[in-house]
Amino acid sequence: MTSGEKYVAAAYLVVFLTLLVYVVIIASKLQRLEAALTDLVERVRARG
Amino acid sequence: MSGYLSDVAALARKDLLLELRGRDTLPAMLLFVASALVIFHFALPSGTGELAGLGLLWVAIVFTALLGLSRAFVAEREQGVLDGLVLAPSDRSAIWLGKAIAAFAFLALAEVVALPLFALFFSSVDGATVAGVVLADVGICAVGVFLAAMSIATRARELLLPVLFLPLAIPLIVGGVGASVTENPGRYLGFLALYDLLFATICWASFEYVVAE
Amino acid sequence: MWLRNNALAASAALAAVLLASAIALIAFYVPVDADQGLSQKIFYFHVPIALTAYACFGWGAWKALRHLWKRQEGADLESYVAIHLGVIFGAMTLLTGSIWARASWGVWWAWSSKQLVLFLVLFLFYCAYFMLRFSVEPGPRRANLSAVYALFGVVLIPISFLAIRLAEDFIHPTVFTSNGPQMSGSMFFTFCVSWAAMLATFGALYRLELAGKRIDARMRELRELLA
Repeated sequence: MTSGEKYVAAAYLVVFLTLLVYVVIIASKLQRLEAALTDLVERVRARG
Repeated sequence: MSGYLSDVAALARKDLLLELRGRDTLPAMLLFVASALVIFHFALPSGTGELAGLGLLWVAIVFTALLGLSRAFVAEREQGVLDGLVLAPSDRSAIWLGKAIAAFAFLALAEVVALPLFALFFSSVDGATVAGVVLADVGICAVGVFLAAMSIATRARELLLPVLFLPLAIPLIVGGVGASVTENPGRYLGFLALYDLLFATICWASFEYVVAE
Repeated sequence: MWLRNNALAASAALAAVLLASAIALIAFYVPVDADQGLSQKIFYFHVPIALTAYACFGWGAWKALRHLWKRQEGADLESYVAIHLGVIFGAMTLLTGSIWARASWGVWWAWSSKQLVLFLVLFLFYCAYFMLRFSVEPGPRRANLSAVYALFGVVLIPISFLAIRLAEDFIHPTVFTSNGPQMSGSMFFTFCVSWAAMLATFGALYRLELAGKRIDARMRELRELLA
């Protein structure tokens, strides 16, 4: 790969990775929400 | 209208009187700016032109202003006076304006010492520089007092003020340094006036949201 | 009807389609630039990302205004999410810009690039936004302070741009020649598709993050009710 191609690839990779990291963070947040929701449902069920 | 202006005057006079009696902020600012100028002498390797010195003058002014501004609302907060001021039956922007005028007075007094000192240590200061300093001071005090009020409401308090202030100070530095070093300072002075106009207006219009609950 | 109920999925699909089209166009359709070579193709991402970041800050400021002026419910959260995404897009602008500078001129940073310098100043300003926000307890006070600061930011954008322009007269950077917007038809078309793709990506991410934060808030409310 010429150096020009390397830089283009690097730039696009940066964008792709940033978006991917962002999605991963949101996904983990959703997982945490899911766990909290399960916990709340248990609590309500325990109350009867 | 006259009620508003007399409120502003009363608030400004209060701050000036407090400083006259307490005498803690202004001496610190004076000593700070003098020390900073000495440090700059050691920070400029030989061969850098006198223009570099003029650029550093503006750094000194901004950081001296920050020193004074960080104290702007501390007294009010410590004595719980801010709520009283806010509840008083006047337009809350008067609080900002009164304090900005007092801050301007302090900064100007510090510069009355700093500029001759700079002329002594480095290079002479021309009229355009002085005009730039006056115009930039307006912007520094308007925005600085506003941001000081914001930072007082936070957990980090005065520590947040430099973080909030410095990005907004960049255009002032450009205007000031431009007025000092270039051949046609008029453009830069006009730019400083534009900054002052825009930001003073937005500060004046939105101050009540900063102190409201 | 389906569109309204599934706004998030729809906007994500739109963003995906546009992004794929943009990449396809950039890779296969648009010709290689005669002067700058292959590295010029970074431009098709870098500039749309920058423009989208401006749009984020503008949208954030609009929502801030709605909060202060009309006391609109939820506007503060929307303003926060928009600015959050603006900072992310801003960081991407700085990174891709730096890579492009390296590819074109051999340096990782160029003060002569007015756009990069402007973004640096804005990046610093909006990072301070987060410092401000996280230093105040959640509530109306935090919303007001954040909103006012967001409005300051939007005034700062043109002022900083002017300042950087004026500063060039006495900073005398080593001037690199850069390609102006003299684009051929195919280049312009690709650019527009890429720009639309970035805006659509912002729209999708915005809805995504907002949905997550709203659910978070309601969960907290539920937990307080049950405690």
